[in-house]
Amino acid sequence: MSNEIKSKRRDFLFTATYTIGAVGVGAAIWPLVDQMNPDSSVKALSTTEVDVSSVEPGKTITVLWRGKPIFIRRRTKSEIDEAAAVNLKDLKDPEKDSDRAKNPEWLVMVGVCTHLGCVPLGDRGDYKAWFCPCHGSHYDTSGRIRKGPAPTNLEIPKYEFVDNKTIKIG
Amino acid sequence: MSEDKYVPESKLAQWFDSRLPLLTLSHHLRGYPTPKNLNYWWTFGGILTFFLIVQIVTGIILAMHYVAHVDLAFNSIEHIMRNVNYGWLIRYVHANGSSMFFLAVYIHIFRGLYYGSHKPPREMIWITGLIIYLLMMATAFMGYTLPWGQMSFWAATVVSNLFGAIPLIGENITAWLWGGYSLDNPTLNRFYSLHYLFPFLIFALVILHIWALHVPGNNNPIGIDVKKNSKETMSFHPYMVMKDLLAMLVFILIFFGFVFYAPNFLGHPDNYIPANPLVTPEHIVPEWYLLPFYAILRAIPSKLGGVIFMFASIFILILLPWLDSSKVRSAAFRPLYKKFYWVLVAMVILLGYLGAKPPEGIYVILARIATTYYFIHFLIILPVLGRYEKTDPLPTSIFDPVLDEPNIVDKFKKTAGEYEGEKVDTFK
Ligand code: HEM
Ligand code: FES
Repeated sequence: MSNEIKSKRRDFLFTATYTIGAVGVGAAIWPLVDQMNPDSSVKALSTTEVDVSSVEPGKTITVLWRGKPIFIRRRTKSEIDEAAAVNLKDLKDPEKDSDRAKNPEWLVMVGVCTHLGCVPLGDRGDYKAWFCPCHGSHYDTSGRIRKGPAPTNLEIPKYEFVDNKTIKIG
Repeated sequence: MSEDKYVPESKLAQWFDSRLPLLTLSHHLRGYPTPKNLNYWWTFGGILTFFLIVQIVTGIILAMHYVAHVDLAFNSIEHIMRNVNYGWLIRYVHANGSSMFFLAVYIHIFRGLYYGSHKPPREMIWITGLIIYLLMMATAFMGYTLPWGQMSFWAATVVSNLFGAIPLIGENITAWLWGGYSLDNPTLNRFYSLHYLFPFLIFALVILHIWALHVPGNNNPIGIDVKKNSKETMSFHPYMVMKDLLAMLVFILIFFGFVFYAPNFLGHPDNYIPANPLVTPEHIVPEWYLLPFYAILRAIPSKLGGVIFMFASIFILILLPWLDSSKVRSAAFRPLYKKFYWVLVAMVILLGYLGAKPPEGIYVILARIATTYYFIHFLIILPVLGRYEKTDPLPTSIFDPVLDEPNIVDKFKKTAGEYEGEKVDTFK
């Protein structure tokens, strides 16, 4: 056998060994990385039922779901009209109010500012709705971002009305 | 590095040193030649080492009493403050110690900027230093989360959400960091684990940092190369050691002024309220040493943009040795650079002030101006100055008369005179 062929065969063996080795190391590291992801007990806490019968129009209640606050607001007539009247062109993250609140009287949102995660304060800011004090994001009566650094509207979680007075979140 | 071969005196020491050359190392460290003109700004490396040790010792003690669980963490801190013998002292030393550590590191970094210590051949000293600084910030951030007070919780929420700004995978990353859908018990546990680990990584990096320093030797206020083991240098021990110790004592006095008389001055009262994931405090602020970066984050009116600029403001420093292309190191001979340097210092302090103010009106405008200036300084002013600035003539030795700075001349003549004729205690 000539030297050249020998060295080609060696190159192949080296490359194959490195490749298998890299796959093995990757497989060994993955569990070490993945253990940090949300565990099964965290994922299991998925739904909450809330009794909303005592909420007056113009009032908001806040409940905890998956460690995050959920705002449930019973909106007044003027708030609903204001939210519906907004021209979509004026919005940073255009979304119709009717898509955000299936039942216009009830607005259910994750109460976490989409900027860096603070909890916005109610009945504040330029739109007399939600205002995040952390870096100054203003949201309107539909929870849509209007001014400030937040990129998107307040998130709408998955929820449904179980009956007239109970909302199931998750 | 010492050029001569060191041989210990006793047979036993020789036996030991030829198998594990710790004595040679200690001999090198004691005899390490330092320029005679080093001023007090050069004592902060030693002060930093001292504070790293203080943080490690007090931290290990606190860990004996602290409980990392969302229901118990806050109370275990109160337990340390009220019941553990001297617990209050150890906790206040650890908390204020981190502030002093950062104060010292900022002085140390700005010392480097002024005297051009980041320039060739000291780039690796500079870069290992910056990695230490990044690790320090990560360590302090995670440590601040541990008491699980309102500020702990919300500062950690805001900072970890920064990673959510990354397109596409942002949300997966925050969930991975938190181990959940919000900051919660899994997060507290892992922060505790890493807060314990990182100082030891810093310790290892400090060894590399000093190793890299000992290759070219110290820079000095004049910024010219000194001849090692000549009249221009003196041995580290005892001369620099004594100077370092004096500076350290003064710094420790200030430190204990805080610990005993104003232990909460640098902290935030809201952190004595237990964490509540439903209510964000009206005015959240990070610890003072992170304020300039916080101001940059808020100055940019876009989430991703703010995050990018904030990280860029730190990473740009890694490129500094190549951006600052002037061959002259010390600002003493760079009349224009000296002015821009002080403007930069003023802008960074202004950013720090603005970071503590609400993000509205004039504060936002000023923050934008200062942020813009910060980047212009590094990306435009420094490269341009390197080419066009007319620098003052450099002396050939640190004792040489310096033409237009008469007081410097006197000072060095005096220093030189003091050591003239005296046998300088470097190794033979
Ligand atoms: C835990 C943090 C640190 C420790 C314990 C430390 C320690 C030291 C020590 C003992 C010295 C030699 C004495 C002196 O010149 O002051 C030194 C030099 C130096 N350090 Fe650090 N350092 C730290 C962080 C940093 C950081 C964050 C930077 C810059 C980004 C930095 C940049 C430098 C430079 C450029 C020198 C060479 C200075 C010269 O000789 O002119 N260091 N450091
Ligand atoms: S977290 Fe709400 S504006 Fe930044």
